[in-house]
Amino acid sequence: MAHVLAVNPVPARSQMGSSLGFHIILACFGIAFAAVIMTAEWIGIRRGDATALLLARRWSKVMAVLVAVGAVSGTVLSYEMGLLWPGLMGRFGAAIGFPFSMEGIFFFLEAIFVGVYLYGWRRMPPWAHWWSGMPIVVSGVLGALSVVAANSWMNSPAGYTLSHGKITNVDPVSVFFNASTPYETAHMVLAAYMVTGFLIAGVYAAGLLRGRRDRYHRLGFAIPFTLAGIAAPLQVMMGDIIARFIAHNQPVKFAAMEYVSKTTSDVPEWLGGIFINGHVYLGAAIPAFDSILVGFSPHTRVIGWQSVPPAQRPPLVTLIHLSFDLMVGIGFFLLALAAWQGWWWWFHRRLLMTPWFLVPSALSGVAAVAAMESGWVVTEVGRQPWIVYRVLLVSTAVTPSSGVTVTLGVILALYAILTVVSIGVPMVMSRRWRQGTPAEEETEQVPYGPSPARAGASPAAPPAGRALPRSSGGPDAP
Amino acid sequence: MSPSPEAIAVAAILFVVIAAYALLGGADLGGGIWDLLAGSTERGAVPRRLIDDSITPVWEANHVWLVFILVLLWTAFPLAFAAIMTALFVPLSLSALGIVLRGVGFAFRHTAEKLRMRRLAGATFAAASLITPFFMGTVVGAIATGHVPVHPHGNVLGAWTSLTAILTGFLFVAACAYISAVYLVLEARQRGHHEMTRYFALRATAAGLVTGALAGGTFAALSSSAPRLFGRLTGISLPLVAISIAAGTAVLVMLWLRWYRAVPLRVTAAVAVAAVVWGWGLAQYPYLLPTSLSLAVGSAPTATLVAEFVVTGLAVLLVVPGFGLLYFLQQRRVLTAAESDADLRLAARLEPATSGQPAAAAAPLGIRMTTALVLAILAIRAIRDVFSRPDRR
Ligand code: HDD
Ligand code: HEM
Ligand code: HEM
Repeated sequence: MAHVLAVNPVPARSQMGSSLGFHIILACFGIAFAAVIMTAEWIGIRRGDATALLLARRWSKVMAVLVAVGAVSGTVLSYEMGLLWPGLMGRFGAAIGFPFSMEGIFFFLEAIFVGVYLYGWRRMPPWAHWWSGMPIVVSGVLGALSVVAANSWMNSPAGYTLSHGKITNVDPVSVFFNASTPYETAHMVLAAYMVTGFLIAGVYAAGLLRGRRDRYHRLGFAIPFTLAGIAAPLQVMMGDIIARFIAHNQPVKFAAMEYVSKTTSDVPEWLGGIFINGHVYLGAAIPAFDSILVGFSPHTRVIGWQSVPPAQRPPLVTLIHLSFDLMVGIGFFLLALAAWQGWWWWFHRRLLMTPWFLVPSALSGVAAVAAMESGWVVTEVGRQPWIVYRVLLVSTAVTPSSGVTVTLGVILALYAILTVVSIGVPMVMSRRWRQGTPAEEETEQVPYGPSPARAGASPAAPPAGRALPRSSGGPDAP
Repeated sequence: MSPSPEAIAVAAILFVVIAAYALLGGADLGGGIWDLLAGSTERGAVPRRLIDDSITPVWEANHVWLVFILVLLWTAFPLAFAAIMTALFVPLSLSALGIVLRGVGFAFRHTAEKLRMRRLAGATFAAASLITPFFMGTVVGAIATGHVPVHPHGNVLGAWTSLTAILTGFLFVAACAYISAVYLVLEARQRGHHEMTRYFALRATAAGLVTGALAGGTFAALSSSAPRLFGRLTGISLPLVAISIAAGTAVLVMLWLRWYRAVPLRVTAAVAVAAVVWGWGLAQYPYLLPTSLSLAVGSAPTATLVAEFVVTGLAVLLVVPGFGLLYFLQQRRVLTAAESDADLRLAARLEPATSGQPAAAAAPLGIRMTTALVLAILAIRAIRDVFSRPDRR
């Protein structure tokens, strides 16, 4: 497998990038949705708030659908690691496999407890049920930590001994906790909370804009928006810290992010701009600011990509730079949005209802997804041409098998369908909640959840619930 | 060079997981096959509904077994994994395609509103249930007959299109249908559905006979295509093969006598499948890829193997109680006094709507906000301390 040269890795890279780019959006829900739901349930139980409980129960059904699609796309990824990159897995599977094994445990747990949580709604006392959701929150975060640690290892390989190109010893702990792990995992978990929070909040913001200003919509907006809003400032800070770490750990990647071709001091910070033949067009430069960001002084020397031979420089510097700028720009935009609402709440204890706030809020989820995707483009394209940084080339790792162009086409088509499913199913569900009868909602079937046949008692005979004060407005779904 | 005990132990774990996937994933895929064969929308409504009710709660967790197989393979036996993934690119891609299509069909068929969409989703789901086991079977057939080279230069089409491999593919499909029908007999009986019990007992018998015939055919083909494997199957693995045949026959007898006892029937059918899987593993020992890559050469370093051991232990420790709880809840039909969705809707709607937004109580929230701010500042400082100055590392 190693000796076949001149395989074109572009179809394989495109396939890997598109399946990961798809999976990661669902993964965000796997990591953070449970926390949003449990916040709603907590409010519901604590204050006897029926609206919050209803939101939690409906959200849990949406979560089940998304987790199911995430599991399918994740299974495909496991195949792809081998189908597309046998040269990586054959050589380094013994090292990079460990974090993936840990991931397996956590996603197993997550799948089981999503089932427990869905079954538990009317089979467990309220607080016991709330606690049964806790393992989903914890294993979501730990699972993300494990799988991102695998990616970090590709950026900062550590914990193995090579002799004659074969791994002879492995230290699983150093593999898992490599130099990049703390940065990447913290940034990714925060990103997951932002993506999930802003996307859900955006749905309810759209409802508020259409005049559905009842308590159901306000609460459905406020809970996820608050969680995402807390993550936003932390994320910007974390990003700043990571950028400095990258300047030190992967200087050539950093050079591509910031258009630094020659190693000098007083390096300007480019905002936007297209790099063609040594010139930056259409960009604005802040003099010496890049040096200041990296070392807090204009005299800081920043390493340029000309420090390595052309074959070791990442391709598509314009893509890398613009993706980075987009991520940073959106990061500040979302931070401003969260700060505005935070300010308003501080002084007025109300949600902002002006379209000037609601329209950007409705779009905030899409923006967060764009930021996350472009962040991954920076990380992954910036690592090129290495699959394992400074150790293994992508072109050596790619499969020599023919047929990747075919699988690429099929994957693109299938993921288009999966996208329709993951957006369409929750939409159909919400329409049914708005228009259907309560009995229909009670017997709705979702993956992981109880089927109507097993649900037992007839939904037509509601047991006497506890007193439910405090709610107002209609429970119309968006 | 003989393989290390750690390598043998991890290989044993691998085969336990493969057997688990064959049983649980197999029953799941088999359900899809019976769904496909259930006939027109009207005629097939009842069996389809039963299949749906019994696989819905579990279908997804079964993926985890497959993922675990892949991860164990690439971590503990990376060379074999890379060779299999390269040489058998085509059938493996097709089996993955089946998994995605199943997922799509499954997620959508309950929510699709129009009958036509629902039918399309159902058909996708059912067809995919056929594709996945067939191509997985050809993969196993190709490996067992020793047609996967250690360093393939690309796809090896001949490996999985040999007579033995194709027969193994059909064998997998039949075995899935068989194990699933046996479980469905019990599901139907548990629900007191006598007609469906008969329906699936008939199908389980037929599938059992077909599986037996295909197994015999594959076995005969192996004698010429893989003499070493055949020799060991009739040698050291013979007891396991015999157990499988005996168990398979016993299931047929039980079905014929209409002795539908849950535990004996389930266990015997499971033994029939698991024994063959282990028989294959034992017959292939000590090779990962017969006869070009041995366990001794193809295993990861000891530390990795030990780590996989720990991971497996951890998985058992964490996952078993979770499964216990889920099973307990699934069996529990009494609902607690918690509000139904309908109650919640009523309660949320019946309250008189207050005009505008209720302003929250200011004082405690102010305190809360301040606390939150203080906590945020502390968190920021903590992060700064942990991550400060990368250049010092
Ligand atoms: C909601 C999403 C989001 C937001 C608002 C930000 N990021 Fe980000 N960023 C990600 C989501 C993300 C990510 C997708 O999660 C990445 C990809 C790999 C990773 O670990 O995180 C990432 C990677 C990433 C990297 C490259 C890490 C590497 O190559 O290993 C840097 C330097 C930054 N980010 C910097 C920032 C800065 C300075 C931001 C704000 C001002 C920022 N990010 C906001
Ligand atoms: C944490 C888990 C991840 C792992 C283990 C991982 C692994 C890989 C591997 C093995 C490749 C192919 C080799 C290469 O081109 O360098 C790759 C490429 C790529 N990945 Fe990731 N990845 C991860 C996360 C992501 C995510 C979430 C995205 C989201 C968009 C992403 C986007 C890409 C892209 C765009 C490429 C192609 C890069 C190029 O061809 O220039 N990756 N990744
Ligand atoms: C090469 C990269 C990756 C591989 C091989 C991979 C593999 C998988 C697999 C096999 C599953 C299904 C597990 C199950 O059946 O329950 C899964 C689900 C999941 N993956 Fe990935 N994954 C990758 C990248 C990522 C990344 C980058 C993240 C996020 C940081 C992530 C987060 C998740 C989550 C949260 C789930 C649970 C399902 C859900 O909640 O949607 N994965 N992944």
